Amino acid sequence: MRAWWCQTRAEVRMNIRRGETLLLTLGIPVLLLVFFSLTHVTTAPAGGRINFIAPGILALCVLSTSLVALSIATGFERSYGVLRRLHVTPLGQRRMIAAKISAVVVTEVIQVIVLSLVALALHWQPHGGVRGALEVVAALLLGTAGCAGIGLLLAGRLRAEVNLAAANGLYLVLLLMSGIVVPLSSMPSVVRHVALYLPSGAMADALHLIVGHAQHASATDWWSLGAWALVAPLLAARTFRFE
Amino acid sequence: MSYAIDVTNLVVQYSSLRAVDDVSFHVPYGQVTTLLGPNGAGKTTLVETLLGFRPPTSGRVRLHGLDPVRDHAEVVVRTGALLQRGGVWFPMTPQQVLELTASYYDQPREPRELLTLLGLEECARTPWRRLSGGEQQRTLLALALLGRPRVLVLDEPTTAVDPEGRQVIRNLIRAERDRGCALLITTHELTEAERTADQVVIMNHGHVVVQGSLEELAGGAVLIVETSHPVDPAELGRRLGCVVSAPEPTRLHCSIASTPERVALVTAYLSEHGATLTSLRTRASLEERYLDLINENAAVTP
Repeated sequence: MRAWWCQTRAEVRMNIRRGETLLLTLGIPVLLLVFFSLTHVTTAPAGGRINFIAPGILALCVLSTSLVALSIATGFERSYGVLRRLHVTPLGQRRMIAAKISAVVVTEVIQVIVLSLVALALHWQPHGGVRGALEVVAALLLGTAGCAGIGLLLAGRLRAEVNLAAANGLYLVLLLMSGIVVPLSSMPSVVRHVALYLPSGAMADALHLIVGHAQHASATDWWSLGAWALVAPLLAARTFRFE
Repeated sequence: MSYAIDVTNLVVQYSSLRAVDDVSFHVPYGQVTTLLGPNGAGKTTLVETLLGFRPPTSGRVRLHGLDPVRDHAEVVVRTGALLQRGGVWFPMTPQQVLELTASYYDQPREPRELLTLLGLEECARTPWRRLSGGEQQRTLLALALLGRPRVLVLDEPTTAVDPEGRQVIRNLIRAERDRGCALLITTHELTEAERTADQVVIMNHGHVVVQGSLEELAGGAVLIVETSHPVDPAELGRRLGCVVSAPEPTRLHCSIASTPERVALVTAYLSEHGATLTSLRTRASLEERYLDLINENAAVTP
């Protein structure tokens, strides 16, 4: 327990001190939230631009922290031999991964607070009440598990530099085709259907339905999020290499 | 008897390459065993197999009588390791990483004590990326010592370390041995091995060429003569009544024990041929034995 707690604290401290991680987890989401709320470069469904953009940006937070930032940091730790050294200490793989996921969750809590405050300042009006809030937490947690699994899958197999490019490329593709800043309704039907089976697409869709329309997330969203949350971490654990 | 490290008929194969080929040796508690061999001999593969990075293809490895893959969690609590290419988070300082790593153990050594012991007080608050190679290596050694290990596995511990740092590491190796720890050290530094090893294992092409104590490795009685100019070894051999070989033109190996009469005979012979005695030794250095053995092995290995 003490090892997990100390490791989590160290991971959070390093995340906060890493400039590129801060840019990715807070700088870019805040910038995108403000830019897409105040400009009309993309279409937005009726009900105010901010009410469409804010839930999508919350999904983006999970994507940026649990997939991209986690994957890049872990990839470089693997390349610099940090993971090799940890393998011969009593920290163990499980506690190491638990500490990494805990650090991701702490970072996401900070992101959600900061972005919600910015969105509220831009006149965001979230719906759903307490039930909605609980559903949002469930969707974000499932999304975190799925995205972290994908991030660790990449970090555990690819060279650090290739992983850096792959994670950033994936970030851009998922940002554009998951209904985060561009509504799924304005995309071709094939893309729309594929997006709902991606963790970021299912998460964005669930958040739009819950806090945008005070509805429940669809069964497809839950199935998709649940499947990714189960399969991606299992695959990562089976294929992860310390070297 | 239970050995600290027990390797029996170990084979590690990567597709078509047999990196470790039928290797057997053991290390008792309270002893330093040095693993020597040229690059690609299989030393690092052996160390990584010992530490549970991969299972053996065949054969058996045991640390404290435990399987390093199956019983990994139990093995690492009692084992300290310094790995080649083992790193630390770049922004962390030696003090921070020692304090963090101490939290993994139930009864760790005091990080401050290790910083002092390894001469790291001055750079204790310097980020890892700004430390010199020697300071990084000493920090990694401090990390290996944190859990009061009963077995220490050190892969090239003196790489990039200055002479003062080597002295510190050498003293530390002796202190750990004296408190009953078993040490397995891989190195290219033959003089370091000569100063600290109780047992030497020389590997080449994945298998053990020779193993034994330094005395055993030095071979039988020998008189090693170094001269200012080359002289005829056959003629000297006739005078001494033994076989004399010349691995180098000015270095003669006489297969005979040293006596005052024989030394006088050698100096007289050299003086007759206008050569000066530059060195006289009664034991081959580890480096000489190592090079002879590796060259002999290369000659018989296809």
